[in-house]
Amino acid sequence: MKRQFMLGMAISAFSAGVAMAQVAPENVEFADGAIAQSLSGTAGNADDGKKVFGTAGLGNCVACHAAVIAADIPFPGTVGPALDGVADRWSEGELRGIVANAKIMFDGTIMPSFYKTSGYIRPGDAYTGKAGTEPLPPILSAQQIEDVVAYLLTFKE
Amino acid sequence: MKQRTIKTALAATAVLGLAFAGMASAEPVDDTLVIDGVEIVTKAAGAAHLDGALPEAMSGWHFRDTETRAMQADDFDNPGMIYVDRGLDLWNAVDGTEGKSCASCHEGPEAMAGLRAVTPRVDEKTGKVMNIESYVNDCRTTRMGAEAWGDKAVELTDMLALISFQSRGELMNVAIDGAAAPFYEKGKEIYYTRFGQLELSCASCHEDNYGNYIRSDHLSQGQTNGFPVYRLKDAKLTTPQGRFVGCVRDTRAETFKIGSDEFNALELYVASRGNGLAVEGVSVRN
Ligand code: HEC
Ligand code: HEC
Repeated sequence: MKRQFMLGMAISAFSAGVAMAQVAPENVEFADGAIAQSLSGTAGNADDGKKVFGTAGLGNCVACHAAVIAADIPFPGTVGPALDGVADRWSEGELRGIVANAKIMFDGTIMPSFYKTSGYIRPGDAYTGKAGTEPLPPILSAQQIEDVVAYLLTFKE
Repeated sequence: MKQRTIKTALAATAVLGLAFAGMASAEPVDDTLVIDGVEIVTKAAGAAHLDGALPEAMSGWHFRDTETRAMQADDFDNPGMIYVDRGLDLWNAVDGTEGKSCASCHEGPEAMAGLRAVTPRVDEKTGKVMNIESYVNDCRTTRMGAEAWGDKAVELTDMLALISFQSRGELMNVAIDGAAAPFYEKGKEIYYTRFGQLELSCASCHEDNYGNYIRSDHLSQGQTNGFPVYRLKDAKLTTPQGRFVGCVRDTRAETFKIGSDEFNALELYVASRGNGLAVEGVSVRN
């Protein structure tokens, strides 16, 4: 958390050049469901990505997905497919696209879009049940997406 | 330190066990609910009006673990039964400016037998969707000169428990035609709308994924025949609409209010998805 915050400050404090390296949710470009470039302009960290993957208040990917590599995270769900071998099946860009907005790769999927800020029906203010105002903050930050993608890239069989 | 390690180790084995059990038996448990020697219908052919969306209707009871199911099968172990007794005290208690209790007009609570199985329903006179909570508050305000109980007031859930209990075992048979038709349609639309930042509808979880686990929760069909539900996690009773609030909130959406037109229509629709399942009286869930 703290790290993200400081990183954010650093970006605004630095030159516009650095800030431009971060792609805002509304500017993301998909090609066949994939996103070619890093969203944060920085490489992801797989250890941090694991936290995003397993923490309810972050990605909570484990709510729907199991994987042998993540077997130490308790109570994986079965709503989504097991993710073993996703790094063999998908490229880095495709994984980034799936995490940012899976509905582009998988039409109508139940998987939430983690880097999207508007176009919702009755958007709420996180989990309060109160109304939220679009654009909402994306569920995951650009760096958290990169981190979880870096983690997914370790899912090899 | 030491103790913690042991606990963690235990937890780890439990988790592994569960993960395997979860994968192998994501199916609802094949079991029969018998209370006091009487079998309660917890499975029924999917209602025809659902056009096959639910091949079989199943009570949430089938999706709970062995201990929770056993607790509901024995009225002495069912913590919800205490509230039925409390409801009876309220039934007989005079309240309001008219000096009346429920018993003054209805005599015993048995007079309410059958009501739970056919509600929510559309009131002929007002054209409004009425569930038991709204009937109770209507009596309080228009006939007793008492104040309406709040949406989450324990008095209201106690009374719901008492009245639902009178219909235990009766099969849900909520009307969807005639005056109910427009509310059915509205409820259905809400049921399939993907709300909130997670863009999930009721159907995403309770039609497309019942039997699956979402984290440690074994997803049921989200049926309402068991309500009020005693939730072990909250140690209190919950109404159907109280549950809806939590489910909508979990989609990162702005919830609807209890008693709103939207939730009334949704409750009617969801109840109709369980037509053929028995009223459980007061059920136990985690
Ligand atoms: C509410 C359920 C849900 C959540 C939460 C969820 N997913 Fe998914 N995910 C799915 C489903 C369902 C699919 C299968 C795609 C489809 O709908 O056909 C999927 C597919 C995937 C795939 C492709 C899998 C393959 O084998 O091809 C990846 C990778 C993935 N998800 C990663 C993630 C990550 C990382 C997160 C968290 C940041 C996440 N998911 C959160 C439901 C979910
Ligand atoms: C993100 C997933 C999710 C969504 C979306 C969702 N629910 Fe639920 N719901 C749950 C979980 C988890 C439970 C607890 C386990 C169970 O019974 O399925 C639950 C329980 C219920 C129950 C209690 C069932 C019982 O027997 O105790 C009802 C009723 C219900 N949901 C109705 C709804 C309705 C109506 C909607 C839409 C407004 C909805 N749910 C949307 C996850 C969800």
